Amino acid sequence: MSKSSLKQTLKDLDTKKISIRELNQDYLKRVKENENLNVFIHFSEENVLKQIDNLENDNSAKKLKGIPIAIKDLFCTKSMPTTAASKILENFNPTYESFITQKLLDEGSIFVGKTNLDEFAMGSATNTSFFGNTINPLSKENEPLAPGGSSGGSAAAVAADLCLGATGTDTGGSIRQPASFCGVVGIKPTYGLCSRWGIAAFASSLDQAGIFSHNVEDASILLQSIAGFDQRDSTSAKVDIPNYFENLDDDLNGKTVGIPKEYSIDGTPMEISQIWEDAIKVLEKKGVKIKNISLPHTKYALPTYYIIAPAEASSNLARYDGVKYGFRSEEIDSLDEMYENTRAQGFGREVKRRILIGTYVLSAGYYDAYYLKAQKVRKLIADDFNKAFKECDFIVTPTAPSAAFPLNEKQNDPIKMYLNDVFTVPASLAGLPGISIPFGKDKNNLPLGIQILGKHFDEQQVFNAAVSLERSYE
Amino acid sequence: MKIDKNTINKIARLSRIKLDDKESEDYIKDLNSILDWVEQLNEVNTENVEPLSNISSSILPKREDISNDTNSSEEILENAPDKLEGFFAVPKVVE
Repeated sequence: MSKSSLKQTLKDLDTKKISIRELNQDYLKRVKENENLNVFIHFSEENVLKQIDNLENDNSAKKLKGIPIAIKDLFCTKSMPTTAASKILENFNPTYESFITQKLLDEGSIFVGKTNLDEFAMGSATNTSFFGNTINPLSKENEPLAPGGSSGGSAAAVAADLCLGATGTDTGGSIRQPASFCGVVGIKPTYGLCSRWGIAAFASSLDQAGIFSHNVEDASILLQSIAGFDQRDSTSAKVDIPNYFENLDDDLNGKTVGIPKEYSIDGTPMEISQIWEDAIKVLEKKGVKIKNISLPHTKYALPTYYIIAPAEASSNLARYDGVKYGFRSEEIDSLDEMYENTRAQGFGREVKRRILIGTYVLSAGYYDAYYLKAQKVRKLIADDFNKAFKECDFIVTPTAPSAAFPLNEKQNDPIKMYLNDVFTVPASLAGLPGISIPFGKDKNNLPLGIQILGKHFDEQQVFNAAVSLERSYE
Repeated sequence: MKIDKNTINKIARLSRIKLDDKESEDYIKDLNSILDWVEQLNEVNTENVEPLSNISSSILPKREDISNDTNSSEEILENAPDKLEGFFAVPKVVE
């Protein structure tokens, strides 16, 4: 796919080959032509035109001046409503700006709209949204495919070239898996690199914001723009943010890649094993040492995640009570009735399921058996990675166990849906940075993704390996 | 079966989510199958393992002890479904 890149567009804007207005009108046109994909929960042409006007009257130099960016509708924005794809926040207009969207505004980017997602980011197909499914832009006619999830709208926005980059959040794979399904680049940085201030919380010990883009270079530019310390997020890390883009280096000679044997899972399609082998071969040719590693607790990552994430969600989502903001039920004979009806009518099925399971595993008598146990296994999973990274510089795996599946295919069986995250969840539990890049196609010509994981705060190494693989594939 | 009708009612009550009978039935089935599935964690020996609650490798920084006003009550109340004289309004609690 030869799509315009952010890097090239910045050059074109700089040399006046194209104006901010021309560029964005081009994008507006495509957004309107692609309304059937249901990428945006909120889109207003007027709002975009206003942003163009403002920037045209602004003479200061800004790094992303005029660049159209799509924002996952989990980030609070003052200029647009924020719904988290839930009925319970249907009419919510934030009075403050999230840290990350503020940074993007400060750099002069233009917000195209707010993208669709699974309700409160709980899902893997963008099919739990109160505002309907997003359709994967790579679908063939009459065969709609899921864009993955939860950040499916943002992945689809980049894939359909409705923006030059998009924000996402990743709790167990919600950036990397949709990036893989839509054939775009998606990076989830180290837990703590980007502030969670102003992002509707799902599972706070796992949630991390990141970026979708057309290519690795663009991702390196955008991640730098949204990273950085923020005192309003107590888990925000005080680390120096390198200039990822300037430092990009595709020479991997002498590096060591770890290949975890536990990621060869029975039932994984041949094509996925094949692209994994291809990627390893490419790296070998580039002088990378191949090291077979073991992450022995990998198989326990999913059940661990599906205790910890719902537990934290049940606590985080207690705030939606019909008092402070959002939807309130009409049936409110008493205070308790108001809470119970508001939450019954305001939350969708998957969100309720997770609140219920989370409440159960945290309830008296079960806390130790489930939640505490899961936190202990999480420690073992994190230790596996720490040990492995003593022997290698980065790890390469497939991103997802399949290519994009038909819309609604896996809806009835929650566990089958959860298995989508089998390759992405372990790194989330360990807080590690991970990127998915398109690498190869399946027999139906749908893109497949390769995942590269790095050490804590070693995004540079992740980008370097990614750009190297990307350049060899193009 | 770990979750029966009584348990689901109890959890739903704790979660402040009203469930109808059909939903209760569905969630009993879902929750039991999820709990059976996570049962495999019992295979893992976690004796003497510290629970991991915060993965962040950074040390919690202290902020300067300076007061600041980031929200006005007007802003805080702006999205309230019901408000009265500068407060959130809810159904009557005491008769």
